[in-house]
Order: sequence, then C-alpha cells, then structure tokens
Amino acid sequence: MELLLNFVIYLPIVGALFLFFIKSEEAIRWFSLVVTLGVFILSLPLLFAFDLSLTGTPQYMSVTEPFLSDWDVKYIVGLDGISLLLFMLTTFMAPIVILSSWKSITRHVAGFYGMLLVLQTGSLGVFASLDLFMFYIFFELTQIPMFFLIGIWGGKDRIYATVKFFVYTLVGWLLMLVALIYVGYAAGNMVNDGVFTTDWKLLTDPAFQLGLVEQTWLFLAFGFAFCIKIPIFPFHSWLPLAHTEAPTAGSVVLAAIALKMGTYAVLRYLIPLFPNSAIAFAPMFAVLGVIGIIYGALVAMVQKDVKKLIAYSSISHLGFVVLGMFAFTTTAAQGAIIQMVNHGLSTGALFIIIGMLYERRHTRMISDFGGIAKMMPVFTVMFMLATLASIGLPGLNGFVGEFLILLGSFNSEVLGSVWYTVFAASGVILAAGYMLWMFQRVMFGPLKHEENKKLKDLNAREIGLLVPLMVFIIWIGIRPTDFTKYSEAEVTNLLQVTQERAKTISEDAFVQDLPDWTKRLYQIPDDFLTQDHPDHSECDE
Amino acid sequence: MDAYVHLVPWIIALPLVGFLLNGLFGLAFESYRDRKNLIGAIATSAVFFPFLIALYLFFAMSGDSEAASVSLFTWMQAGDFSVDIAYRLDQLSILMTLVVTGVGALIHLYSVGYMADDEGFWKFFAFMNLFIFAMLNLVLADNMLLLFLGWEGVGLCSYLLIGFWYTDMAKSDAAKKAFLYNRVGDFAFLIAMFLVFQITGSLRFQDILDSAYLFSTDQAFLVGALIFIGATGKSAQIPLFVWLPDAMAGPTSVSALIHAATMVTSGIYVISRLSPLYMMSPELMLIVAVIGALTALVAATIALTRYDIKAVLAYSTVSQLGFMFLALGSGAFVAAMFHVVTHAFFKACLFLGSGSVIHAMHHVEHKLHKTNPDVHFDPQDMRFMGGLRAYLPSTYKTFLIATIAIAGIPPLAGFFSKDEILVMTFNAGAGVYGSIYYVLWAMAMLTAFMTAFYMFRLTFGIFHGSFRLPKLIEGAKDSAKLLHESPWTMTSVLWGLAVLSVIGGFIGIPNFVVATFTGTADVNLLSNWLDKVTLDADLILSKQVEWMLLSGSVLVASLGIFVAYKKYGNQEPVAEDEAVAARFGPLYSLWNKKYLFDEMYEGGIVRPVVRFSDRVLAVFDIRAIDGFVNFIASFVRFFGHLARYLQTGMIQTYAYGMVIGVVLILYLLIIR
Repeated sequence: MELLLNFVIYLPIVGALFLFFIKSEEAIRWFSLVVTLGVFILSLPLLFAFDLSLTGTPQYMSVTEPFLSDWDVKYIVGLDGISLLLFMLTTFMAPIVILSSWKSITRHVAGFYGMLLVLQTGSLGVFASLDLFMFYIFFELTQIPMFFLIGIWGGKDRIYATVKFFVYTLVGWLLMLVALIYVGYAAGNMVNDGVFTTDWKLLTDPAFQLGLVEQTWLFLAFGFAFCIKIPIFPFHSWLPLAHTEAPTAGSVVLAAIALKMGTYAVLRYLIPLFPNSAIAFAPMFAVLGVIGIIYGALVAMVQKDVKKLIAYSSISHLGFVVLGMFAFTTTAAQGAIIQMVNHGLSTGALFIIIGMLYERRHTRMISDFGGIAKMMPVFTVMFMLATLASIGLPGLNGFVGEFLILLGSFNSEVLGSVWYTVFAASGVILAAGYMLWMFQRVMFGPLKHEENKKLKDLNAREIGLLVPLMVFIIWIGIRPTDFTKYSEAEVTNLLQVTQERAKTISEDAFVQDLPDWTKRLYQIPDDFLTQDHPDHSECDE
Repeated sequence: MDAYVHLVPWIIALPLVGFLLNGLFGLAFESYRDRKNLIGAIATSAVFFPFLIALYLFFAMSGDSEAASVSLFTWMQAGDFSVDIAYRLDQLSILMTLVVTGVGALIHLYSVGYMADDEGFWKFFAFMNLFIFAMLNLVLADNMLLLFLGWEGVGLCSYLLIGFWYTDMAKSDAAKKAFLYNRVGDFAFLIAMFLVFQITGSLRFQDILDSAYLFSTDQAFLVGALIFIGATGKSAQIPLFVWLPDAMAGPTSVSALIHAATMVTSGIYVISRLSPLYMMSPELMLIVAVIGALTALVAATIALTRYDIKAVLAYSTVSQLGFMFLALGSGAFVAAMFHVVTHAFFKACLFLGSGSVIHAMHHVEHKLHKTNPDVHFDPQDMRFMGGLRAYLPSTYKTFLIATIAIAGIPPLAGFFSKDEILVMTFNAGAGVYGSIYYVLWAMAMLTAFMTAFYMFRLTFGIFHGSFRLPKLIEGAKDSAKLLHESPWTMTSVLWGLAVLSVIGGFIGIPNFVVATFTGTADVNLLSNWLDKVTLDADLILSKQVEWMLLSGSVLVASLGIFVAYKKYGNQEPVAEDEAVAARFGPLYSLWNKKYLFDEMYEGGIVRPVVRFSDRVLAVFDIRAIDGFVNFIASFVRFFGHLARYLQTGMIQTYAYGMVIGVVLILYLLIIR
C-alpha cells in the first residue's frame, strides 16, 4: 500500500514525461485521460483499505532517510482522515478536468496536458506529505504549472492575471518559508536533539511547545500565506482575475483543488502547530470568514460575467470553510472538510458548465444569453443541479457542509457568540439571490439573441464528464456519512489534542514574564503570580 | 403503531419513483414526451397508491395510538450531532398525508386534461410528483432537519412550477421571488434548529416534545418566534406574504395543489406539531394571533379590488391562512388543522374551477385568433366574463358550492372550521392579553363578512349577468358560442372536491351543538383524533355563548352574501366597484395598491442592496482591495527603479561610487 500511494502520486508526472514523445494531439488527449483514469482507479484501494479506527497515525506511511545534509528533512508521505478525502477528490477530478478541455485546447496540446499532469502530482503531494518542508516543495510544484496554464492558455488579460496570482501567493509563502525555518530549528531543539526537523509527527509532538510570543509571529506568518491561498477576505483580489482569465481546466483545478491547499494547510499545520494563537485569533478569522461570506455574495450578485460571478461565490463558500475550521468543534470542522469537497464538486461543475457555454458562444457575459433552457434541456438540468447545490438546497451536498458548519459554530465555545452563525446563515439568502438571478438571466426568458438559436445541447462526452459530478453532488447530499466517516475520528482527535496542548502552553506561560500585549491576547491575568492558583502551586512542589 | 410504520417509506418512495420515471425518460427520449396518457397514469398512480396506503394506515390507527417512527439510515453525523432519515407516524402526520395525497391525486387527475396541450407535459408531471415527494417528507418527517428538507424541497418545486412557462420573464420573476421570500423565512427556521439543538441536543420531534421542560420561557419564545418567521414565509403571512399572489403565474392546477391546498399550510402544520412549546409563551401566542388576524383582514381587503380571478383566490388563500394562524395563536391547534383540511377541499375546488373557466376563455381567445389575429384579452380577467353559468354548468355549480363553503354557511365544510376559529378566539379573550383577543375576534368577524362578500362578487362576476366579452372586444361578437365545458376528467374532479366541501365539516362538529340536546356529546372526531398530538387551550365558554357566536358568524356570512348579491347579482362589476371605491376613498386605493408592500421591499431593500453592491462594494473591491495590492507592488517596483540607477554599466559611475565609499570609510575610521 505504501508503494501504491507513491505510485499514485508520481504516475501523473511520469506520464507527463511520455507526452513529449507523442505526436498526435488526439493521442495526447487519450493518453492523459488514461493516465488520470488509471490514477483514480489505483487510488481507490487507498480509500477502501483505510482503517477508520486509527487516529493520530497516518496510514500508508513511507519515510526516507534525511536528504538535506545537517537538516533532518525526510520525504514522508501518508494519508490520514484529514487528507484522505481531499486526496481522493484530486484523483477523481483529474480525468474530468482532462475531458473538460478536450476540444477547447488546440495550441501546445502536449504542454497543456503535461502541465495538468505535473499539477496533479504536486497536488497529491501537498495532501499526502507529512513533512512541512516537503509540503512546501510540493506546493511550489503546483504553482509553476498553474502559472503557465493561466499565462499561456488563458484569456485576454492572462499575463496580468497570472503574474498577480503567482507573485501574490509567492510573497505570502516566502514569508512562511522564513517562519518554517524558524519552526524547524525550534522543533529541532525541543524534540529532535538539536537537529533541524519539519517532520509533522515531531511538530505535533506534545513536547514541542512554542512560547506565546514566538507563536504569535509564526502564526501570523503562516496564517498570512494561507489567507492568500484560500483566499480569505481581504486577500482575495487575485482570485476573480485568475479564475476569469484561466482556461476552463485551470479554473476547475484552481477551485476544486488548489484553493483547498490553503484550507487544508490550516487544519494540518496552522491549528496544531500554533494552538494558542489559533484559538486566540479564531474570532478574528471567523469574522473574516463571515465578512467573506456576505461580501463575496454581494459582489457576486452584481457581476456581469458569469465566470467572475462564480469566482466571487467561491469567496463566499470558502468563508464558510474558514468559519467551520475556527469554531473548534468537531461538528463544524467536519462540516468544513466536507464543504471543501463540496465546493470542489459544485463549483468545479459550475466552471465546467460555464466553459461549455463559452466554447459554444465565445462569451461569458450574462447579457449575451437568455432563454437557453429551450435550446439545451440536458444542459439545463445539469446547470440547475449545480446551481442548487451551490445554493445549499437540502438533499444536495452544499447543504450538508453549510449546515454542519453553522450548527457547529453556533455551539462553539471558542467563538463564544452565536452572532457569527447568524450573520453567516444570512449568506443562504444572498446565495439564492445571486445564483437564481444569474440562472434566470442566462437560462430563462425569451431567446433574444440570434446566435443562441443555434445552440446545441450537450454531447456524450460532456454528459459523461458531468454525470459523475452530479452523482456525488446527490450522494453527499443524501448520505454524507459515507464520506464524513473518514475524517470524524481524526478531526475529533485533532481538536482535542490542540486544545489540550494550548492549555499546557498557556499554563506554562503563567510563570513567564510576557509582554503586555501577549497577556491581553491570550487572556493571561496580570496579577497571576501574586494569586494563589491551586493548579500551579501543585506543579511547584 | 410499530406494526404498520414500515409502510410509511413506501408512501414516500412512490412519488419519487414517478418523478424519476417521467423525468429521466422524458429527458432522454423525445418520443416518450408524447405518450401523455402513460405519463399521466404513472404520475397519478404515484400519488394515488400512497393515498391508499395512508388510508389503510388511517383505519389501522385510532386516537389513542402511540406515535411510531421508522429510521432508514443516518443522514448526518458529526461530533455530538446526529440525525436520521426517519419518518414519524402519528395522528397529525397521517391526517396531513391523507390531505396531501388525496387532494394531490385528484389534482393530478385534473391536470391530465388541463395540461393536455402543453409541450412540457412530462416535465410538469415530474415536478408535480417531486412536489408530492417533498411535501410528504415535510409532513412525515421524524425530525426538524428532514422536515426542513421537505420544507425547502416544496419551495424548489414551487419555484420550478411557478416558472413553468419560463420563456416569460415575468413568470420566472415570480418564481424567483417566491424562492427568495421563502429563503428569508428559511433562514429563521435554520437558526431555530440551531437553538433547539443547543437546548435539547436533538432535532427529533419526540425528543423536543419530551424535553420541552428544558426550554425557559424566553427560549420557547425565541425558538417559537423564529419558526413562526419561517412559517410567515412558507404560509404567506405578513410580512412575507407578497410572493403568493405572484405565484399565480404558474399553471392553475399548481396554484390549487401547492399554493392553496398543501404547501402553504406547512407553517400551520409545523406550529401544531410543536404546540406545547408555543403554549409556554403567551406573548408568542399573541404575536401569532395578531399577525394572523391582520393578514386575514389585509388580504381580504385587497381581494375586494382584484379583477384577475386567480388573484382574488390567491388573496383569499392568504386571508384564510391568516384565520388559521389566528387559531394557532388562540391555542386552537385542532381548529387550525380543521381549517387546513376544509380549506384544502374548497380552495382546491375553487382554483380548479377557475382553471376550468380560464381553460374555456383561453379556448375562446385561441379560436378568435384564428380568424382575427388582433384579438387580445386576458383570459383571467373577470371583466370579460359574466353569464358563464349557461355554458359551464358543472363548473358553475361546483364553484358555487365551494363559494358557499368558504363563506361559512352551515352545514358546509368552511362553516364548521371557521366558526371554531372564531369561537376559540373569543375563548382566548378570557386568558392573558384577553382584551386584545376580543379585538382580534372582531377583526375576524369583519374578515368573515368580507370573505363572503368578495367571494360572491367573484362568483357573480364570472357566472352571472351576461357574457361581457362581445361588448368589450371588437371582433368577438359570437364568441359566446365558442365557450364550452371542460372534459369529464376535469369536471369529475370538481364534483369530487365539491362533495368534500359539503361533507368535510362533519369531521369537526362542535360538541356543544349536540350536547345542547343530549346533555353531553363527544362528536368532534377531529378533536378526538388529534387529542394526543396537540396541546389545545381549554374551551371555557358556556353553551349559550357558543350558540350566540355561532349565530353571529352565520349572520355576518349571510350579510356578506346579501350585500354582494345586491351589488353584483346582476350588474356590471366595474361600475359597482367604482361606487365602492368612491365610498371608501383613499382607503380603497390603498387596498387596490396592495398596501404598497411590494414597493416597500423593492425600493427599501432589494434595490438599495443591489445598488450598494454595484456602486460601492464592487468598486471598493477593485479600487481599494486590489488597488492596495497594486500599490504595494508599485511601491516595490519604485525601489527597484531606484536601484536600477546604481547598475548603469559604466565604469566611471562605479569608480565614482567607490571613491565616495572609500572617503566615507576613511572619515569614519579616522575622524571619529
């Protein structure tokens, strides 16, 4: 199984190398499809053999010797409850992405599919790696193909969009790299006999405890990087641009997979490594999440370009994920994980659907459409389902995630107020507003434009690539436990361990001489040392 | 009931199967779309067989049966939260199931004829089956979350069916409006669920009712109020009722099924389901009653001014729903459910009757079009009607019966249920906030008078007098000849509902009526049936008072009919309406403008929000947020530019720099 996991991760990039030897464009497409389908099929045993009873120990682990002299940086991959679903989402989406760009890409075909395959290996590596350093390397591996995908095969403003996307993300992640190195040395000193380490296992070791002052700065550096990647308001301005300019496949990968790296990293690294800061800053992140929900929805409402509208709706959906992660309840965190998958499926589907319209009409302006439902009945059904999933209709996947997040954050002790949930829930009204308004203007009404009277309904390939998405949209809506069961135990464990660790660290902090702002941030009483604290006096003895 | 509850999933499953069969085959095969008899048969039996199962269950049950539930599988599970796909069989859920499937099956049958010429026939029946499926989930749900699935599901079907003729932008506007106003209510319902879970740790109705003691009065008030806000959306009460009149854009059989008989009563159902919670807070009960009474009156006054026959019926529905909420607020949950049932009968009959009329008028327009393409008139406008009783005898008779029923004339169905509401409102006058309840009772009496009045105005306007179309439209001289009665598949349904409108009231004969003669009586079947489910206020009025109230309600209804007859019996409605308008002056114009609710929402909320997003937020997003990012970038670039001057590539410059450097270092080393 360990071998299989590595095989799954690297098969796409090896496939990409072979693409250079294939001449025919048609053969390149088929070859890429076969590779990605093969990867998906091979990844299924990883899901089926996953042991639900294990927590705190990733499965299918492979560990190498350290490969950087002096530094204990190892290649470690494995899957646990938190990464499994996103890993599977990545292998599942890849063939669909390949199929979605079957006809639309005619320039540098080998390059295009090669980039997609490299991107897949990078993404799988991001979700599977259990070493912070490896995570960083795999992450950078996804950035480069994405840069070219937008920059070469994108729309009119592709260069501006891709440079902004790349540089913006890079700035955040370079800052994180500095923090990462600091963490590596600190962890080395505390849990690895003085040798630099970024092993996830050691970083989550209870003995690795960062002081509150360091934690704050490191948390902010990591948090900044992830905020940009997710993106969280107000760091989102690269996203609508990148989405609009990217080719369909790029938008789908960006929405379904790439954005999840940010949210995944929060659960995997940000919260466990800096537990006190994560809890102290939770209300702030929750506020940003809620602002994102409402702000994204309102801005989405007035967009004239369908793709941009979906892009802003992503900001709104990811706001829910952020709220769920920082509520620190199992229910909300479970909701956040399933919402990551949901957003991948339904927003991915929406981008594919918009791509299909674009291929036919070479426009994405809402005003260029109207009355399409009459011409394209099958398309209408698919579009409707994806729209309803995005709105959060009960019985479809979006509702499950949103409901669990809202319910979990309503009862959150860390957030301590129901108002986050109340404001976030108002997003369900706005979502219905902007999505149905868009749907109506595109699909309903009379056929105003002559060009639209020649529109053809979906062909077999297009139906074939949308149906699997729809199946999961309905499946997760009706039986989400088939999916949430994988992460349930791990998430519970994660939150429990994190909170315990935060408690130990802040109890230790009582005896330290901390700056005032730290005391206020972490709510450590000023006159603690003069008080008679039962817990602490026991420790002293 | 445990022995029977396993049948419940079949009730739910069959409409889903019908939806999938017609939906998928219709979508995949064009030839299937023309097999209208098959489609109609599948769809109708997908509702009729669940009705038979429900009937079987009904006869297997009694008023004493314990509630039973059946769980299919775990729906959601995360942390300490878990909820099942589970159904609950008790007296209340089976009553609603009977109404939904019974009236539903009749309306399906009617629609086979009514929609026969529509190219979206298959789609229509797929949506109708999906609606029944969602509605059954709503009424049979074992927990609040599954109820919410049904709740939003019926909202979706309502959206799909209002906008059924989607090429008309106005119709899809109406559909969107319905969905959005409902969503506002659903938002409140969501929050209510979070609170309930926080307090009881469960969303199952059984757990909530068993642990009602955990709720403080304030919490009961808050939860109840939030659910009530949800109900004002779904059941079209002030302030969220404005979507329902617009919803008439859908096919008439949709209006009958969804927007009169079933979906719009779900708010009343859910509050009855949680009656013990509502009874904990008198303030909450008062709010429910006040909103109900106000809605009843406001909608009735608007109904007086409408010419569109479906609009009159739509406002009448809003008004009758108001009566039901008044009953809930007076602690009369049985009376509210009673009115739900009888209203389903007579209002479905009225809507389907209006459908038959519209069908006929539409046929006339269609025929006239063939000879004269310039002829245009609104087939729903009663100003073009009149005298139709001669041409549509069955429609006329059934419509008249249903009108008498809604007006509240004994012994028809509407009389008993409406009288019980009036009695119970008066009864609540003896409790907390009593004086306000007396005022509400007076408002309800006034509304009852208006109901009789505007319903007979409608009936007279459509069926009495002479046919006005030939006088008003050029080229429609002989149009009366083109009028014809609807086919038997449609009229037989009208008769079926008319019979139910006559006898439906007998399930709830007030005990005192019989007790006056025999001493004691136990004839109120419905009250006995729901005894275990709802927690009703005690009736403390004496028989004498009850008789007085009963006579009073008959009196106002008769008066309403009499006044309507005097004014509209054989006259032109337009002239008479002008006389009414002149008498009431500005008040009438307020009614006519529908109290400007739409304008307030449109101008006060919708447009400002859109404008703010468009002019402020969208601009802010580009100028400020992205602008700041670009500013940082250009800041960096600026320093890059400065640094560029250092790299000129000319030896002289570098040498010059070196000299300055050396001098500086020497200065620092030696002088300091």
